[in-house]
Amino acid sequence: MIEFRALMKSFGARDVLRGVDLCVRPGRVTAVVGSNGAGKTTLIKCLLGLVRPDGGEIRVDGVRVGDDPAYRAAIGYASQTSRFPEHLTAREVTKILLGLRGESAVIDWELFERLAIAPHLDTRVRALSGGTRQKLAVALAFLFAPRVVVLDEPSAGLDPAANAVLKDKILSERSEGKTVLVTSHVMSELDELADDIVFLRAGRVGYAGSVQKLRVFTGQPHLERAIASMMNKEVVCA
Amino acid sequence: MRVAAKIAAFQLLDVLRSRWLFGYAIFFLLATELLLRFGGDPTRALVSLTSIVLFTVPLAAIVFATIYVHRAREFVELLLAQPVGRDAMFAGTYAAMAVLLSAGIVLGIGMPFALRGGAGVGGDAVLLVGAGVALTLVFAGTGVALALRTDDRLRAFGIALGVWACAALAYDAVLLVAATALAGAPLERPLLVATLANPIDLARVVMLMHLDISALMGYTGASFTRLFSATAGTAIAAVSLAAWAAGPALLGARLFRRKDF
Repeated sequence: MIEFRALMKSFGARDVLRGVDLCVRPGRVTAVVGSNGAGKTTLIKCLLGLVRPDGGEIRVDGVRVGDDPAYRAAIGYASQTSRFPEHLTAREVTKILLGLRGESAVIDWELFERLAIAPHLDTRVRALSGGTRQKLAVALAFLFAPRVVVLDEPSAGLDPAANAVLKDKILSERSEGKTVLVTSHVMSELDELADDIVFLRAGRVGYAGSVQKLRVFTGQPHLERAIASMMNKEVVCA
Repeated sequence: MRVAAKIAAFQLLDVLRSRWLFGYAIFFLLATELLLRFGGDPTRALVSLTSIVLFTVPLAAIVFATIYVHRAREFVELLLAQPVGRDAMFAGTYAAMAVLLSAGIVLGIGMPFALRGGAGVGGDAVLLVGAGVALTLVFAGTGVALALRTDDRLRAFGIALGVWACAALAYDAVLLVAATALAGAPLERPLLVATLANPIDLARVVMLMHLDISALMGYTGASFTRLFSATAGTAIAAVSLAAWAAGPALLGARLFRRKDF
């Protein structure tokens, strides 16, 4: 369970998160959606400790997110920009993370195999295509069999076959009781994957609940239209 | 510490493969070799080399550090999303940068002197390499702090160039103008403070006091020599330079600890 309580964050005069209260349930795929600048990436970065909140708190399985980085052992992350050191090979990038996690880490090579990363492991990052870099980023997010997987626009740059593999992996993780938190602007993709939707509007939670309830609430059978109609409604928490 | 070492090891590998460092080392190697061959006696070569070091090392260090931190930003994000502390992450990154830039100076300047058995000025050459390494630490730390404080890459680069230009080019000239305007006023102590406030001036004072060449001291440096004996002056300047070397790195660490990525 991931809990956000009264989370606040400003960048200068711009209030990005204005008191986010949210529970992300375990064993479910939760999609964070909202218009550009709604605070999706900032919310995720607060969870990862990359951005320091101005107020409020975050708990992961009851452990308060603070200065001790140990809680991040339970989290895998892929960002929306997959940039690695250009002169290292994919294998060396992977080795860095393996080294940081320590020998006790559980390793899951499934995505490395299914996304066919092996032939590129000894290629320097700068010679890899954007799609292959993104495949590497996604595979690294799942490498340590994390209990929580955080994916920020993971399908950007992936070809359809790789995207299908990623979706299968997300669904299989869910079936194993793991928590997947994902942001995307591709609503058809979320329609397929998400159990729960968190709709952020101007730094607040506009809706948090199941996809099914959202459809009922908005009267729209498709997620894309449901979200679009939410953008025109007042703040409602389900 | 082990985490920082692991991070540093891969950063070292990344930068080494970029070959930029080899160009940096070869520049000093060629400059040293040419000056030792054609620059008259070794002491004169060392004086010329001091001018080159004081001019190029701060520029290379501050520009390299600023660009490097900005380029590594997304990867730093990925590493910080692992169970890794920020202090270890900063230590690894900064150490890799400092070691590589310093290695360029040590090898580039050190090798030609070492191959000549010190060329009769071995101790002075070691002092010059030390001053170069200290300037590397000061300006690499400054570049890191700048890059962490300024999210816009181009702006950070521009500020880095501005800092270098102020410290390396404009500083002495501005003080000379100010001192001329205030002619007659007791300026020795303010000028001493001014020397301590600029690490490039300090490095110059360390070298030229040690070599006993006051004519090339610069305006602020000359006031330093009037207040202290050669030994005391060299020691005070060297200790101040060492303090300068630590300062920007500590500031960078503090900024890194609080940075929103």
